[in-house]
Amino acid sequence: MIEVNVSKRLHTAEGPMDLVFSGTIEEGEFTTLFGPSGAGKTTLLRMVAGLTTPDSGTIVVDGQPWFDSARRINLSPRRRSIGMVFQDYALFPNLTVAENIGLALPKQQRSAIVSELLEVAGLQELAGRKPDKLSGGQRQRVALARALALKPTILLLDEPLSALDLQMRLKLQDELQRLHQRYQPTTLLVSHDLSEVFRLSRRVFVLDKGKVTRSGSPTEVFSQSKISNKFRFNGEVVHIKPSGVVYIVHVLVGQDIVQVIASEREMTTLKVGKRVLIASKAFNPLIMPLDE
Amino acid sequence: MNPDFTQTMILTFQVAGITTIILLVLGIPLSYWLAYTSNRSKAIVETLVSMPLVLPPTVLGFYLLVFFSPVNPVGGFLESWLNLRLVFSFEGIIVGSVLFSLPFMIHPLQSGFGAIPANLREAAATLGISRVKTLFTILLPNMKPGILAGCVLSFAHTVGEFGVVLMVGGNIPGQTRMASIAIYDRVEALDYATAHRYALVLFAITFAILLLVYIVNRRFARMELT
Repeated sequence: MIEVNVSKRLHTAEGPMDLVFSGTIEEGEFTTLFGPSGAGKTTLLRMVAGLTTPDSGTIVVDGQPWFDSARRINLSPRRRSIGMVFQDYALFPNLTVAENIGLALPKQQRSAIVSELLEVAGLQELAGRKPDKLSGGQRQRVALARALALKPTILLLDEPLSALDLQMRLKLQDELQRLHQRYQPTTLLVSHDLSEVFRLSRRVFVLDKGKVTRSGSPTEVFSQSKISNKFRFNGEVVHIKPSGVVYIVHVLVGQDIVQVIASEREMTTLKVGKRVLIASKAFNPLIMPLDE
Repeated sequence: MNPDFTQTMILTFQVAGITTIILLVLGIPLSYWLAYTSNRSKAIVETLVSMPLVLPPTVLGFYLLVFFSPVNPVGGFLESWLNLRLVFSFEGIIVGSVLFSLPFMIHPLQSGFGAIPANLREAAATLGISRVKTLFTILLPNMKPGILAGCVLSFAHTVGEFGVVLMVGGNIPGQTRMASIAIYDRVEALDYATAHRYALVLFAITFAILLLVYIVNRRFARMELT
């Protein structure tokens, strides 16, 4: 379990901003920090990693203090059991894929763990390549495999998919989910992509201007109505076609397109690109926009 | 070939080679510190390192001469305890050259360290890789052009130095007479033919070394692009 209670004054383009965060993350849980850019998400992640020092507070992981301003404890990143995927991956350009993944490992375990991770991440063919010969998606996989190599207690992901196109993003979201299930690290993801939040995480903290505005499960946080439903999916409106007196709304749910009929009245809240919740009570599906 | 000429040229390149190796060994930790520290004394150290760029070489040479003279406590200590005399000796011109060429090694290395994205060091830290291992496996291999530039500039600058060596070393054949001093010495003696020979060789070698650096650096740049 990670207990984070930190504050830090940040100097942003709009003047000073106080980042205040207080929350706990259960072991093995996949949690997202969601919010607009400049909200302090990455800074918070860097504080957990030990790359940025909070002004005050505590970070306690499984009962062990990693940071405690009152007791002057501040563990260096080298001594924290973390794996981090940076936004631009930060792969070592002079090393091959296999060397990048294995660099931190002790010699006697290196080849076994590296070959396992290469296989799990589907990188066997690329083991001998340098990072500059890889595509964005491949680099992302290498960065993830490298972060998992030491079997860290906490996996920190700083918008790892933001540089990729939609299709690759969806594919890697699945992969991330698979890897999380396999290795079960406590995971903290920074994201400003709502579909990522829904697809990957069990809990979400919404940050805005340095403060947590909402937290809970993604559905609790992002849908205003708490109706009991038979089934519910989150998706994105990709196309709207008028058909007589109703409209056919095409919604991207995961990688599938679902067609839902919407009335003129419902159409007033819908447009292409809008995030929606599709839910069904017994027979008729309901379609409603999600808060962002 | 004139044995004096050969001896002087060999000595010149020995001094330059040894100076460059010493500078590389000293320069890596010093430039690492300068590139990444936020210590307040950084500005003072940077100033001291850059001083030889603007200071007349004779000033540096004069102070070294005074300091290392056996009648000075420092020079006396070195001589009585380490049996090392740094005035008018080979060791002396090495020390002088190292100090005088220091900025030519430190500046390229420091900008090399500075050009490496901070997140590579951070990534290494999150992976628990020690600073020393990070230096040798990640930082230095990614700043080869800077290392090359530092070595070549230090070497070429040492080959061409005059003032410091003349002040500290004098003009002892086979001991402290470097090519640039030999040129001066020959011109004084109106032996223009020998002076020409020294001058031409220095000119050609310096040109070749710098040309090599530019070609190699272009190849590095191209490698990074592809």
